[in-house]
Amino acid sequence: MEKLRATSNLRRSLKSLLNRRLSSGSDFTHFNQKRSFQTSFNWIRDYKSVGEVNAVQYRYFSSVSTLVQRNPSFSTLNSDDISYFKGLLGEKNVIQDEDRLETVNTDWMHKYKGSSKLLLQPRSTEEVSQILRYCNSRCLAVVPQAGNTGLVGGSVPVFDEVIVNVGSMNNIISFDKVSGILVCEAGCILENLISFLDNQGFVMPLDLGAKGSCQIGGNVSTNAGGLRLVRYGSLHGNVLGLEAVLANGDVLDMLGTLRKDNTGYDLKHLFIGSEGSLGIVTKVSILTPPKLSSVNLAFLACKDYSSCQKLLVEAKRKLGEILSAIEFLDDQAMVLVLHHLDGVRNPLPTSMHNFYVLIETIGSDDSFDREKLEAFLLSSMEGGLISDGVLAQDINQLSSFWRIREGVPEALMKAGAVYKYDLSLPVEKMYNLVDDMRVRLGNLAKVVGYGHLGDGNLHLNISAPQYDDAILEQIEPYVYEWTSKHRGSISAEHGLGLMKANKIYYSKTPETVQIMASIKTLLDPNGILNPYKVLPHSINP
Amino acid sequence: MKIMVAVKRVVDYAVKIRVKPDKSGVETQNVKMSMNPFCEIALEEALRIKEAGLAKEVVAVSMGLANCVDTLRTSLAMGADRGIHVEAARELIPLTVAKILKKLVEVENPGLLILGKQAIDDDCNQTGQMIAGLLGWPQGTFASKVVLDKEKQVVTVDREVDGGLETLCLDLPAVITTDLRLNQPRYATLPNIMKAKSKPIKKYTPEELNVEIKSDLEVVQVTEPPKRKAGVILSSVDELIDKLRNEAHVI
Repeated sequence: MEKLRATSNLRRSLKSLLNRRLSSGSDFTHFNQKRSFQTSFNWIRDYKSVGEVNAVQYRYFSSVSTLVQRNPSFSTLNSDDISYFKGLLGEKNVIQDEDRLETVNTDWMHKYKGSSKLLLQPRSTEEVSQILRYCNSRCLAVVPQAGNTGLVGGSVPVFDEVIVNVGSMNNIISFDKVSGILVCEAGCILENLISFLDNQGFVMPLDLGAKGSCQIGGNVSTNAGGLRLVRYGSLHGNVLGLEAVLANGDVLDMLGTLRKDNTGYDLKHLFIGSEGSLGIVTKVSILTPPKLSSVNLAFLACKDYSSCQKLLVEAKRKLGEILSAIEFLDDQAMVLVLHHLDGVRNPLPTSMHNFYVLIETIGSDDSFDREKLEAFLLSSMEGGLISDGVLAQDINQLSSFWRIREGVPEALMKAGAVYKYDLSLPVEKMYNLVDDMRVRLGNLAKVVGYGHLGDGNLHLNISAPQYDDAILEQIEPYVYEWTSKHRGSISAEHGLGLMKANKIYYSKTPETVQIMASIKTLLDPNGILNPYKVLPHSINP
Repeated sequence: MKIMVAVKRVVDYAVKIRVKPDKSGVETQNVKMSMNPFCEIALEEALRIKEAGLAKEVVAVSMGLANCVDTLRTSLAMGADRGIHVEAARELIPLTVAKILKKLVEVENPGLLILGKQAIDDDCNQTGQMIAGLLGWPQGTFASKVVLDKEKQVVTVDREVDGGLETLCLDLPAVITTDLRLNQPRYATLPNIMKAKSKPIKKYTPEELNVEIKSDLEVVQVTEPPKRKAGVILSSVDELIDKLRNEAHVI
């Protein structure tokens, strides 16, 4: 099914790019300044020397990018195109500068790098529409890009696709204080929306480690999950409407602000999670829950995975409506975080435990919530489910506990090469996969497991000093087959992007995928939107 | 030896505070409250001294409305042995707090009184100094290091002063107020939180202690500081010179 053609030219040029990147430290600080992945964290301070830059591995010779061929039906940019765009958007918003292109061509993990020669920054839906209409007529491939924090290579070009970055469209259009319905443009950074809503007494229904950089358009297009899914549900439930631009430039105005609207087929759901392959989301209307005053966080230790599971069941039952997040990480993840991140303190320093669970409650009455939480924790301790734990006493302690869980991806990046898998599995079986992988890989690599215990979502990460195909062989397709056997999802929340474009059959039937392909052809006949991603290359060239 | 630590319940340090519309104070309804960070440090220091075997008991004291008990529970969860709650219906000014503490010191007879250097809601930085004056005890304020010598009955305190560090040697009993760099407070572990439920908290009223609650101060108005204006990105050196000359008047 996959076209295997090692293009030696491609590899050579990638290798020279790689060498150039590793030797110029300045690249990296610029990169750091753009990408504050963690909110309370200073990137520049943490990359102390160029030497440390070299410790991060670039996986340009990843097996995937050499398996895809550039679709010959896409045109190449010419000077007429550039003049057109400059006329449409103004000189400042048409970027061909190599340094800036370097950043937008590379994903957050430094795993995927495209070779786009053009970055466009439209400021309005109308401009996006004109861009796409033009690109469609010229058959120029386009990559919609927002915060570029995706982890499956879906936000960067594979070859020379034109990057359309919605970051300049960052206005909040309206907010209804009674209903909590927020209408904003796709380029609003999630953390900015959270601060805005904070002043109004509301919160965003999603929260993830990337909040300092990710944009709501990207979150919606990828149906981002995050830490509070267990409480607020997925974006499919919270997004009330959106406005999207189709490949031919048509603007689909589905920007409703109604809680209930059963008139016809609900098309917005197609765009939520389609990773920019059906249209570019330009505006979002989202229902935001009220901000409740009492937040409590417990950082607990369990001796084995079955205790974590039982704890989850007990938490859902005993904490009920105030439970807002339940996350877990294993001892390997904890060790990595303590080692690689600055200013992180182990809340349970007296001994290393096998599993750590974070349980957060959000409610409106502090004393009531505390009582409930303490009663639950006491009974869990007495029942032997928890071996130790701490309860955050103020907001600072709360943030430092969250930092530990939210900082795992970052710590993994600093530790060297990382193979990331995001799987949905039945909760009882979730950790078995981690144990299996440890046996399979032995001394080759470190296997780290953490994730959203409440949603049955495991983030399986394999950390090695360097990328090595021998390691990859042991991982894929074993991980996918394992997941498929348990009827799990090979991508719980990260999406398919480029990384898993050909893996969809592990979780979806061929008939289903066929319909997806038909929809894609219907909405994007020339296939210019985010090509080579999401759907298998055999049906989505 | 007994150590007494005074703790205050304040608006949590990380909360974005808002001024009440009538400008009479800061919004405290529905806002997260927690222990004053400097008081946490004071309590941590007391606990460390006790764990080093140099003190027998740590007593935490808090004054105010009934919800002060939350802060006392936190102190007990961190490791204090007993709590004392002085009920008062109104905001207490540092002088009143100092007078009440004096009475409690007469009852409890601690060898060391440790407080935070200031509370983050009023930033007064007065209580420690006042109580030392009322008791006639030596004081070591802004402590960044505390070393207790039980035999000689002295405590050596490194103070953070504007010019650098000053080291004082105080005879016990003494008053110490703690500064940020003294230590990193411990977290309240679950086993300790459970144990704290059975530790005693004694209640007093100011009348029982013969202290009159009167305030010589009246808050007239509380306003926000003037908002910082957004920065402007200039497009050329000429524009910069123009702004420096005509707007900022510095050249």
